[in-house]
Amino acid sequence: MMGLATERQSGTLIARSYERVDGANARQFQDDLEEVIGEADRIVILDLQELRYISSAGLRVILLTAKSLTRQGAKFAVCSLSEPIQEIFSISGFDKVIPVHPSLSEAMDALQG
Amino acid sequence: MTSRPFKILVVDDEPDVKPLFQQRMRRDIRAGRYELVFAANGVEAMEKLNEDRTIDMVVTDINMPQMDGLTLLQQIPEVDPNVRAIIISAYGDMKNIRTAMNRGAFDFVTKPLDFDDLQVTIDRTLKHLSEWRDALASRDQLTALQNELDIANRMQKSILPTQFPKGSNYEIFANMEPARNVGGDFYDVVRLEGGRIGVAIADVSDKGVPAALVMMSSRTLLKGAAIGYEPPGQVLGAVNELLLENNDTAMFVTVFYAVYDPSNGNFRYANGGHNPPLIIHADGSSSFLPMTGGVALGIAPDLEYLENEVTLEPGGTVLLYTDGVVEAMTAANEQFGDDRLRAIFAGSSPQDPQTTTEAVFQAVHSFAGGIAQSDDITVLALTHRGDAS
Repeated sequence: MMGLATERQSGTLIARSYERVDGANARQFQDDLEEVIGEADRIVILDLQELRYISSAGLRVILLTAKSLTRQGAKFAVCSLSEPIQEIFSISGFDKVIPVHPSLSEAMDALQG
Repeated sequence: MTSRPFKILVVDDEPDVKPLFQQRMRRDIRAGRYELVFAANGVEAMEKLNEDRTIDMVVTDINMPQMDGLTLLQQIPEVDPNVRAIIISAYGDMKNIRTAMNRGAFDFVTKPLDFDDLQVTIDRTLKHLSEWRDALASRDQLTALQNELDIANRMQKSILPTQFPKGSNYEIFANMEPARNVGGDFYDVVRLEGGRIGVAIADVSDKGVPAALVMMSSRTLLKGAAIGYEPPGQVLGAVNELLLENNDTAMFVTVFYAVYDPSNGNFRYANGGHNPPLIIHADGSSSFLPMTGGVALGIAPDLEYLENEVTLEPGGTVLLYTDGVVEAMTAANEQFGDDRLRAIFAGSSPQDPQTTTEAVFQAVHSFAGGIAQSDDITVLALTHRGDAS
């Protein structure tokens, strides 16, 4: 399993998901996210550009991440959802509880502003 | 199986309850399946529970002198946390049902008592209890993860109804196939006032025993809310709040819930983040139910669940399913998808709901070509026959 690619740009942590998150690797996804997100991070963007499939176990990890960042007073958003992923976010209502942006630059603008 | 009969403590202050239970359950008593013990109120019930540690479950009324059923519920775990309780409540008494659920009631039935329904509820509770005891026993041993998942799957299976209400103008069938690694889907069919039927399908977002426990409490909460509230949107709103009361694990549940009226085919529904059900028309053509945009349950408080309604035409079938169907994969990572689901029915008129359900399972299996599925597969079909005349 590949880990999460990350970079920091002007105080923002950008983490890039892998292609597929399901019941088999949701735990790994959670561990990887916990590992890359530091306590000092105030803005975190999860870039889902590579993501082709996510199951409810994977969505739960995104929800956990959003909740724990909100608790720390940090900002969180996801960006660059492909069409099938957008549909999953829309059916589950996740797009109503987690900020979704069409592109990384738009997410940066929204969160850093 | 257990060698001794399951011992059930029935708690009610009505004097005719005892002969009624003994009469209606005489076959099971004679066959050595049940043994009934009686108490007239909560105080007596606690005495019996303290004296006799072999009591497996309690069936209790709510309003009784000295100690009521809700207080009794609170005290049962002090004697034995593994005793399961079923509450008998007045129809639509959401306040008491809600309190009972919060105090750990496993299930409930409503007055006037329907003994067939009560028996199904008792059997389901006892089946769950056996699974639960197995789980506790094997937890004491060296528990491999797979073992835990097997237990979760069995707990899941034990609460799903396998008998469905049926009328001259409608028929329902449902089935669930657990994936090897997951256990989170459930469905339920609840009889409501005026001959109406509540149908639900749901998917809990994780696997293993914790998810199975969320699944069981979600099912009980949903049944309680279905009986307590009329509009489907309000039912989902109530379950959402109840789930949030003790959820710090970010587990959520997608739920589709509808109230169906067999007398006129009215199908009123609300959705909490679940896949849109498919309406299969009498000619085999199909369309997805327009969605209502609700969020999955257990995520955020104070959410509103919008409703929509359709009228089922005679011969029409509503197909509820979980994402294990449309997200089933081949070895080449190709997904089953919506179009293949609709193609199953194209050009042929659907038969009965059981055939319809089996056709879905068969299509998914032959598509996946022997690849083990990573998610539970659950299907519920409701066929509206219209006037039987």
